[in-house]
Amino acid sequence: MIETLPAMQTTRVRTVDFMQPLTDQPQPDAPAFGVKNLSMWYGAKEAIKNVTIDVPAKRVTAIIGPSGCGKSTFLRCLNRMHELVPRTRVEGEVLFAGQNLYSPDVDPAMIRRRIGMVFQKSNPFPTMSIAENVLVGLKLNGVRDRNLLNERLEKSLRMAALWSEVKDDLRKPGISLSGGQQQRLCIARAIAIEPEVLLMDEPASALDPIATMKIEELITELKANYTIVIVTHNMQQASRCSDFTAFFYMGALIEFANTAKIFSNPTRRQTEDYITGRFG
Amino acid sequence: MSGSANHQFRKAKSLIASLLCSVAALLVIAPLGLIFFYLLRSGLSSLNVAFFTNLPRPVGEPGGGMANAIVGSGELLALASLIGVPVGVLGGVYLAEYGTARVNALLRFVADVLNGVPSIIWGVVVYGLIVLPFKSFSAYAGSLALGFMMIPLIMRTTEEVLLLVPGGYREAALALGISRWKTIVHIVMKTASKGIVTGVLLALARIAGETAPLLFTAFGNRFWNRSLAEPIAALPLQIFTYAISPYDDWHRQAWAGALLLVAMIFLINLLVRFLTRGRAARVA
Amino acid sequence: MATAAVPTSVLQLRPASRFGDRAFEWLTFAMSLGVVVLVILVGWQLARGSHLAITKFGFHFLATSTWDPVAEQYGALPFIYGTVVSSLLALIIAVPLSIATAIYLTELAPLWIRQPLASGIEMLAAIPSVILGLWGIFVMIPWLRAHAFPALKAALGWTPFFTGPIYGVSMLAGGIIIAIMILPIITSVAREIMRSVPNLQREAAYALGATKWEVTRIAVLSYAKNGLFGAAILGLGRALGETMAVTMVIGNTPQIKASLFAPGYTLASVIANEFTEATTDMYLQALFEIGLVLFGITILANLLAQLLLKTMTRKMTTRVAQ
Repeated sequence: MIETLPAMQTTRVRTVDFMQPLTDQPQPDAPAFGVKNLSMWYGAKEAIKNVTIDVPAKRVTAIIGPSGCGKSTFLRCLNRMHELVPRTRVEGEVLFAGQNLYSPDVDPAMIRRRIGMVFQKSNPFPTMSIAENVLVGLKLNGVRDRNLLNERLEKSLRMAALWSEVKDDLRKPGISLSGGQQQRLCIARAIAIEPEVLLMDEPASALDPIATMKIEELITELKANYTIVIVTHNMQQASRCSDFTAFFYMGALIEFANTAKIFSNPTRRQTEDYITGRFG
Repeated sequence: MSGSANHQFRKAKSLIASLLCSVAALLVIAPLGLIFFYLLRSGLSSLNVAFFTNLPRPVGEPGGGMANAIVGSGELLALASLIGVPVGVLGGVYLAEYGTARVNALLRFVADVLNGVPSIIWGVVVYGLIVLPFKSFSAYAGSLALGFMMIPLIMRTTEEVLLLVPGGYREAALALGISRWKTIVHIVMKTASKGIVTGVLLALARIAGETAPLLFTAFGNRFWNRSLAEPIAALPLQIFTYAISPYDDWHRQAWAGALLLVAMIFLINLLVRFLTRGRAARVA
Repeated sequence: MATAAVPTSVLQLRPASRFGDRAFEWLTFAMSLGVVVLVILVGWQLARGSHLAITKFGFHFLATSTWDPVAEQYGALPFIYGTVVSSLLALIIAVPLSIATAIYLTELAPLWIRQPLASGIEMLAAIPSVILGLWGIFVMIPWLRAHAFPALKAALGWTPFFTGPIYGVSMLAGGIIIAIMILPIITSVAREIMRSVPNLQREAAYALGATKWEVTRIAVLSYAKNGLFGAAILGLGRALGETMAVTMVIGNTPQIKASLFAPGYTLASVIANEFTEATTDMYLQALFEIGLVLFGITILANLLAQLLLKTMTRKMTTRVAQ
C-alpha cells in the first residue's frame, strides 16, 4: 500500500504547505500524555524503543509508519490494552492527568474509562441493539439512571454523526448497520462514557472511501472535545485530519512535528523517504 | 497390452473397494433403521394415556404406566444440571479466558480422561460417597452421579464456544473500562450463550438415557418419590427392569418407555441442531 | 458542544472492583479444578472401597476364576476374560466397518449422501445403551439363535470358537452389541482424521495416475495410520466400560469357554447385576475392586488413544507448517 502513494502524496503535501501557516514544534500548554522513555517488549522482542513524546490535548495526533513499526503497539501502551497479550513488559512512564499510568496503584479499567479506543475492525457487540451498544459502557460501569442513559444515547449518537440515520432503529441489532455506520456506532459507544481521549487504531482502513470521509469529518469535529490519537497507514488521511504527526520506524519515534511540517519539510531523512514512498 | 490389462485390473480393484465401503456404510447405518423400526412397531401401540399418568401395577398385574419414572427422570436431570452446569460452564470459562497453556493442557487432559470413565463407575463412586454414609439410595445420589458425568462434557463444549468469540469483542469491552469479569459474563458469555446452551443440551441428551450410574444410586421406586433423600424411579431404570422381567405386559411397556426416551433425546438433538444453525448464520 | 450539560461527575462511575475480578477468576479456577477433584475422588473411593479385598486376596483376585460369594471366594478372571474377549470381538467387527464407512464418507460417497449418513451415525450414537439392550434381547438374540448362529456353526463348527449349545445370549452376542455401540465413535473420529489429511496428498497420488482406491490407500490410509489406530483404541476404551446393553445379552455366567456361543460375564456387568445384592462387606469390597480394575484398564486404553491421536495431530500441524 505504501508503494502506491508517492506521486499523489507529494503534490498534496505541497498544497497543504501553502495553505497553512505553521509552527515548527508542537508546544501544547498541557499535554494530554507525557510519554517518557517508554519501551515495551513482547517476550524478548523489543517492540517500542525508548519513546519520548508529549501528545497535545484537544488536538488530533496521527501516528504513521510502515507495517510492524510499532505504531499500534504504541497506541495500546497509552491505555494499557497491550496487557491483554501475555508476556509483555513495559519500562518508562506515561503521564496522564499528572499520574503515571504504569504506577502499581493504577487500575487499568479506570484508565480505560478516561481513554477510549476505537479499533480497526468495527466490533459492535453482536447480541446487542444499537442503543444497548452505545450504553453498554455506562450500564456495566454502574449507571442506572434512565434519564441520563437516554440523554447520553442521543448525545453520543449525534456526536458520532449517526443519530439521524438510526434514531428510528435504535432497537435493531448493532451488526445490522453498514460497515461505516458500525464504525461510527463504535465511536458513539466509546464517547458515551465521556472519555477525555480517543485512541483510534486505523479506524477507516476497512471502509470504503465515502465511509472513510465521514469518519475523517467526524474526527475533525470531535477534536473540539477530545484529544485524539489516530494510527493510520494512509498518509493522505494523516495529512487531511491531523494537527500533529509522529513517524515511527522499527519501534522508535523518528520524528514528531506539526503535520504540515512533516509532510512538506521533514527533518529526518527516514521520514522523507517514507512519505515520498522511497522506503523499503 | 499387458499394461492395459494391468490398468483394467486396477480399475476393477478400485471398484470392488468402493463397493465394499458402501456396503460397510450400509451395515453401520442398518442398526439405526432396525432399532427405529422395532421401537415404533412395539412402542407406539403401547403408548396410551395410562402410560403417562399411572403408577406401575404390582408384579404380574397388567396395565399401569411409568408416570413416576417420567417425572423422576425429569427431577434427576434437573438436579444433575444444578451440579453439572455451574461447575462445567465456569470451569470452561477458566479454560477459555484465564488458564495458561500448561494448566489448560493438564485440565483438558483430565477432562478427557473423565469422559472415558465407564458410566457404571460413577454409580460405584457415588454409592461409596453418598449411599453408604447415609444408608439409603436417593434421588440426591442418582443426580450426583449424573451431574459428575455432565461436568467434563459441559466444560469442554463451553471452552470451545467461548474460544470462538472473536477477541475484538473482549478488547472493545475492556477498552470501555469494563472490568474483566463483567466483560466475560456480559459480553463474551452472552455472545456465546447459544453455544453454551447447546453444550448443556448435548450433555443432558447424553446422560438422559444413562442407566448404569442409577442402578445403585437412584435405585428405582415403584411409587412416587416423596423426598429427594429416598429412592426415585427413572425412565431408563424402569426400561431395564421391565426388559429383563418375564412378563409380556412389562416388555410392552419397556418398548413404550424406550420410544419415549429416544423421542426425548432426539428432540433435544433437534433443538441443538436448530440452535447451531442460528449461530452458523450469525458468524457468516 | 454540550459536554457541560452532563458533567462526568454526575455519572459517579463506580471504581472498578478489583475484588470482583479476582473473585471471579478464583471461582472459575476452583470450578475447573473440579475435574481434577473428580479423578481423585474416583480413585480414592474405589481404592477405599476395595482395600480390604486387595489385602486379603492379593494377586489371586485377578488370577483365579472361582466367583462364589457364599464361600467367600472371589476370583475376577472370568470377568476380565469376558470384558477383554467381548471388547476384542467388538473391535474385530467394528473397526473394519467403521474405517470403511469413514472412507466412504470422506472419499467415495456422492456429496448429497454424506451429510444425511453422518447425521444418521450421530443418531445411532445418541441411542442409550439400555435401549440397544432391549432391542438386543427381543430382536437380535432371537434372530441370532434361529439364523445366524446355526449358520456359523455349520460353516465354522470345526473350530473351537463356534461349538456347543446355542442359547442366543452369548459372548458373541455381547461382542456384536458392543460393536454397534462403538461404531459411531470410531467412524466419526476416523472421519475427522481422514478429513484432516491435506488434499495435496491426494492430488499428488492422482497425478501419478492412481485409481480412487489407490489414492485412498496410499495418500489417506498410510498417512492416517496412527490416528486410525488411536480411533480404534478410543473405541476399545468405550467397549471395555459398556454396561447395560452387554449385561442384557451376554448371559451373565462367570466362566471361561473357548466357544463364543457360550454365555460370559464382564466386569461392568457383574457390578451392575450384583452390587445391590452384595450382602457381606467382603462381597461389596470385591465388587469395588472389580470397579477399580475396570477403571484402571479403561483409563489405560484412553490414555493410549489420547497419545496416538495427539501424535497424529502433531504430525499434521508440522507437515502443514512445512
